[in-house]
Amino acid sequence: MVTKKEIKQSFWIALWFMVLTFPIMVIRVNTIKNIIVWRWTNILWIGIAGFFASLVWNYLLRLKEEKKKSDTKEDIPFVHRLLQNDRFRTPFLAAIAIFFIIYPFAFPMYHTSIMISALVYVMLGLGLNIVVGLAGLLDLGYVAFYCVGAYTYALLNLHFGISFWLVLPISAVFGAMAGTLLGYPVLRLRGDYLAIVTLGFGEIIRIVMENWDELGNGPRGIGNIPPPSFFNFELNQHQNVIYIYFIVIALVLFTIFFVNRLENSRIGRAWIALRDDEIACQAMGIDKFKTKLTAFALGATWASLGGVVFAAKTSFINPMSFTIFESIAILCVVVIGGMGSAIGVIAGALVLILVPEYLRAMAEYRMLVFGALQVIVMVFKPEGLIQSVRKIYKFEKVEE
Amino acid sequence: MFWINIISGIVIIGILGFFGIRELITDPVYFLELVLGGLTRGSIYALIALGYTMVYGIIQLINFAHGEIYMIGAMTSLIVASVLGLWGWNSAVIVILAFVFAIVYSCAYGFTVEKIAYKPLRTAPRLSALISAIGMSLFLQNYVMLAQTPEFMPYESLIPDYNFWEPYAHIMTSVELTIIITTIVVMILLGMLIKFTRIGKAMRATAQDKVMSSLVGINVNKVISTTFVVGSATAAIGGVLIACHVGQINFMIGFLAGLKAFIAAVLGGIGSVPGAVLGSLVLGISESFFTGYFWSEYEDVFAFTILVVILIFRPSGILGRKETEKV
Repeated sequence: MVTKKEIKQSFWIALWFMVLTFPIMVIRVNTIKNIIVWRWTNILWIGIAGFFASLVWNYLLRLKEEKKKSDTKEDIPFVHRLLQNDRFRTPFLAAIAIFFIIYPFAFPMYHTSIMISALVYVMLGLGLNIVVGLAGLLDLGYVAFYCVGAYTYALLNLHFGISFWLVLPISAVFGAMAGTLLGYPVLRLRGDYLAIVTLGFGEIIRIVMENWDELGNGPRGIGNIPPPSFFNFELNQHQNVIYIYFIVIALVLFTIFFVNRLENSRIGRAWIALRDDEIACQAMGIDKFKTKLTAFALGATWASLGGVVFAAKTSFINPMSFTIFESIAILCVVVIGGMGSAIGVIAGALVLILVPEYLRAMAEYRMLVFGALQVIVMVFKPEGLIQSVRKIYKFEKVEE
Repeated sequence: MFWINIISGIVIIGILGFFGIRELITDPVYFLELVLGGLTRGSIYALIALGYTMVYGIIQLINFAHGEIYMIGAMTSLIVASVLGLWGWNSAVIVILAFVFAIVYSCAYGFTVEKIAYKPLRTAPRLSALISAIGMSLFLQNYVMLAQTPEFMPYESLIPDYNFWEPYAHIMTSVELTIIITTIVVMILLGMLIKFTRIGKAMRATAQDKVMSSLVGINVNKVISTTFVVGSATAAIGGVLIACHVGQINFMIGFLAGLKAFIAAVLGGIGSVPGAVLGSLVLGISESFFTGYFWSEYEDVFAFTILVVILIFRPSGILGRKETEKV
């Protein structure tokens, strides 16, 4: 398979990378103590890694080309085939349900707590999936709405003592309002401007929260946010975590149900059509602006709900939880899982959030890997790891 | 619509001019300092914004990783300068070598990034390329952070204090003077490159119509690579200069600087080279006034607000042309 020419090319590419990364990988200067550290072994690793990466890269590119040429039918991912098969569907779903029900009782609190954050990401991912995956609007400031939700709960509770259950719908309304307010001026713009404006908006919210001491205590944040109440019962810490876990599970199920219904509704089909071809869509009489605005506002609603749960779970929030990297992490979940595919996003969120939590030693490489994965997925498999399956209507030939 | 633009322009300039003149009379030195500070800032933005606007002009892609290229330029120059400094080389040689290495390495990174993250996606939807660009930016930031250090590194200014500039140094430092002069020189060179050389002509042709220019024998891939390399080179110069000015760098400097430069490019009209320069200067000076006279904490908020306002009222920017969407 691998030709001599390719090996030669890979060799040169490895050499190129060795030269390219030389100053940053090998030399480390400490300008205060005036010491230079030469790390020569690094260059060796870069060379070896570069060589093999180049071989794999070329191979994958060729594979992609061949696939494009052969023009085979879209292969349906394994999970979808499992769900479509009547014999396996019920046991499969039941197994998942049982796993998630016994999870908090079978494992210590720490694991439940991590699972809660992963599930919050599932919610956020599904919400962003409406905006990015279905409607094709790149939103880099998604965390702003998450921030709106978290602060809504924290502030309403601090000043008016409003409980979690009442805040949940209020924050949803606030999130939708924030989404509409931001979306209104910017959704008329072309896609790539939208990315920058939302990114800017996300940063603005964070900077304002950091500097506006009277509103949210500035960088010190708000503490002592109460967990959700359970019919006036006093819960201890462990019970509380389990309780929140089930609330999140319920919210995730609601989200899945809602998104699933939306996807096949009139507006959901309008989003997908708009993503694929705006001009054709307008010609078909779809109000481009209104459709985009709905997607944006709905995405914001989910982020806001996620924020409320986040605030209730951590009981402390400050602006540092809402940086741009949080937005990018959520975007990674959607992109790598599979844009537009709910199952992909759920799997993506669970894998991308749980794996770095358990591989603590590798935690600092998390963002590096996220970045690399984004590029690799976009280049080789733009539809994501578990791609969405479009509904296909088959016409059977009538024999005469 | 034309008259509304003109009238609103006159009104805005009138209001700003009124306040400007009032401030100028009350405290002329402070006013002058702010103008010069703004010019310095604007010059740096211009050096970075050029890369954005050129790349956007040719392949309609927001090159998110451009800010990182600028950061790598500054980082390389820091490493080279400190190593040579510890070896006891002549300071003039160090300055030249630091600049040369920064430019060469930034160009190499720009070239490689284009080949890895953008070239395979040339025909893909624009959203894919944009996501890939964000991934690349994230990757480069973390790569530098892990290979070097997450902390701020002090950066000893490469540019000496000029003796002849001594009398004016209290208004404007030698570094600021160097920044402005270097930017002017780079702009002139770049303008000549685009206007008079063969590759410049090919760039303009490719920006207008990729398919057509490949029909008349232009190697489009080569032109795109050259654009990335040229943009990276100016960004590297900006990186070294800003590091000399600020005195410290870390792996995150590219993020905000890149965003601001992008805003400047949009302000001037993305895709247009003189627009990027004009937009950068306008943004730099207005930011400087805003932080000088109003709230310095909300400096970044101000820039983003400008971006939103511009995009709503005049998405084509100051000098850009209105483009119609093609089927």
